[in-house]
Amino acid sequence: MFDNLLGSFWPYTIDGLILGSIYGLVALGYTMVYGVLRLINFAHSEVFMIGTMASAFVVMTLGITAPLTGFALVGGLLLMVLAGGAASAGSAMLLERIAYRPLRKRGASRLAALISAIGASLFLQELFALVIIPHVFNRPQQGRNQMGIARIMNKDTLFTLGGAQIRVDQVLIFVAAIGMMILLDLLVNRTKIGRGIRATSQDPETAVLMGVDIDKIVRMTFLIGGLMAGIAGALFVLQFEVTKFSIGFLLGIKAFTAAVLGGIGNLRGALVGGLFLGLIENYGAAIFGSGWKDVIAFSVLVLVLMFRPTGILGESLQQARA
Amino acid sequence: MRPKIARLGGVLAVGVALTVGLAACGGSDSGSTSGGGDSAAPTTLKIGFMGDLSGENSGIVIPPKNGAQLAIDEYNATNPKVKLELITYDSRADATTAVSLAQKAIKDDKIVGLVGPAFSGESKQAVPLLEEAKIPNISASATNVDLAKNGWKFWHRVVPNDGVQGPAIADFIAGAAAAKNVFVVDDKSEYGKGIGDAVRGELKTKGATVTDDALDPAATDYSSTVNKIAAAKPDAVFFGGYYAGAGKLLKQLRDKGSKAKFFSGDGSLDKGIIESAGAPQAEDALIGCPCRIPTPAETDEKVKKFAADYKAKFGADPLIYATEGYDAATAFTKAIGGGATTPDAINEAIGKSDFDGISKHIKFDPTGEPSAKSIYMYQIKGGQIGLLGDTTTAKLG
Repeated sequence: MFDNLLGSFWPYTIDGLILGSIYGLVALGYTMVYGVLRLINFAHSEVFMIGTMASAFVVMTLGITAPLTGFALVGGLLLMVLAGGAASAGSAMLLERIAYRPLRKRGASRLAALISAIGASLFLQELFALVIIPHVFNRPQQGRNQMGIARIMNKDTLFTLGGAQIRVDQVLIFVAAIGMMILLDLLVNRTKIGRGIRATSQDPETAVLMGVDIDKIVRMTFLIGGLMAGIAGALFVLQFEVTKFSIGFLLGIKAFTAAVLGGIGNLRGALVGGLFLGLIENYGAAIFGSGWKDVIAFSVLVLVLMFRPTGILGESLQQARA
Repeated sequence: MRPKIARLGGVLAVGVALTVGLAACGGSDSGSTSGGGDSAAPTTLKIGFMGDLSGENSGIVIPPKNGAQLAIDEYNATNPKVKLELITYDSRADATTAVSLAQKAIKDDKIVGLVGPAFSGESKQAVPLLEEAKIPNISASATNVDLAKNGWKFWHRVVPNDGVQGPAIADFIAGAAAAKNVFVVDDKSEYGKGIGDAVRGELKTKGATVTDDALDPAATDYSSTVNKIAAAKPDAVFFGGYYAGAGKLLKQLRDKGSKAKFFSGDGSLDKGIIESAGAPQAEDALIGCPCRIPTPAETDEKVKKFAADYKAKFGADPLIYATEGYDAATAFTKAIGGGATTPDAINEAIGKSDFDGISKHIKFDPTGEPSAKSIYMYQIKGGQIGLLGDTTTAKLG
């Protein structure tokens, strides 16, 4: 039973970390919005989906038939990340403007905002399935089908580690994801905007009295969360080379789980939760078979929450001081 | 409250009527249906087609729908006494939807026969209703073994079941492909697990070592399954499931450096597998199917003519189950052309079917299974799916 895990420990670990870093990036969006607004933004999974679509669109528009190399590759990758980040950040801000702010201004309950989030999520999925994929991607009648995306970079093995072949793209994804998270951590802990975000999550009313523009802070929160999800989307497309209208659903649930696992509202918790979830999933699948992957992951979530109800790192955004 | 409910009912009825109208727009060129139920025999009868026409697996349902449409149009073009109209029901492969559509087809549209339901899961739920209403139905693509064990009198299919397909593919894996160590993955669906288990069982009787695993077709990351396969170092991998999952698995497997021969069943026989996996990764993958797909190198005159007519009408090559959809609809046109107009009489005539279809010789045994049981092997070469031949005689190049 354990032979499988011990026999290929490193391959399982590497794959778990790569997927976990994507979970972590998406989890940031859930955790930041929760930290500031105490709202679970269930439409965040669609913000991620839009990121994958934008990067897929770039690959399609560039008309890539063979993997790129050299400067063309660097340019292509940058374009993918930029498009994904911009599309996701834009849609997250639009979402805030249309689906959440009117409710917030009228002092509606959090439950109303939650329903609004679910509605926005379904709307965006159907919008892509019925309009954008058939027309913009020019795939009539195939709005609900999976889209294959051309390979943009060669997936050569860079080095081997204990029997695991580590590929260029994997290193790239891991480094990019961790790098983004470090940047974000610096932003929240070292800049004026970051101070505003922390102040708002700690006590919105006092923050207003101290001269913090709450609307601006909320906009920034959605922008940053969306940006991270968009970059995650671009990395996802690079790694798996597929997307579809409902791609965000399962990944969104996993990322949300990662956020809760690490301690929702806690930025570093999102990273820890993401990596932890990625590893647990893969180790669980190695021991019990891949069919049990999700069962293991969610059982661990229940166990962790039983003994540490606030998640692994526990503290929330407000207490994360530099 | 009453008037309100009545109004609501009215709105619903209009909605349904509109939907049916739109669905029927598809391609029926026959004139008006006979309006009232007066004494004269109706001049137009309705045949339904049910399956996933807009969902994720519509790639393997639209071709048989087109095939059925072609058969019915050709029949109507002969100016028969009783014309036929094809009405489509988009179940999106959802059993609950299939059941409510079946009720609508029986009660509102009064169909006299149905081509479908396309998949096994929806057939299991919807066929009992058709059976109760005594509406003959012929599926062009439902391959689950157990469907034939329900004692249904009005149910038929024109494809051999997974109990035939699975072992035939397994024989090919152990025989022509000479694999001793085989890794079998399924997607836990009714179809995927069924065919996976059939392959596992047959491989074991052939003395091959079988390792297994399962995956979630909705997920994207299959690294845990791929790592298991890499560790087992098999000669061949078989995947039981649909093309969306097969493509992702195949790509991640090749990226991991595995060179094991990749096999799958009819659920994966769609260009979608090449698109998802990428042409270089999909190269040489082998896919078994009880279906007969016309290929560019076709020699059979009848199949050639069918392919040309199909292409002229729909602007696309006939893909998976197109010939079977045509044959299923032909069983209806022959029965009705022979003078049967009531569902009972049509069912009796179908039971006596004995003609050369495009896909095979069409003849049903008493349980509704087809008598001809050939399984074909297809191989992906240069981004195209080509026919390798009958599994019992095909050789790997």
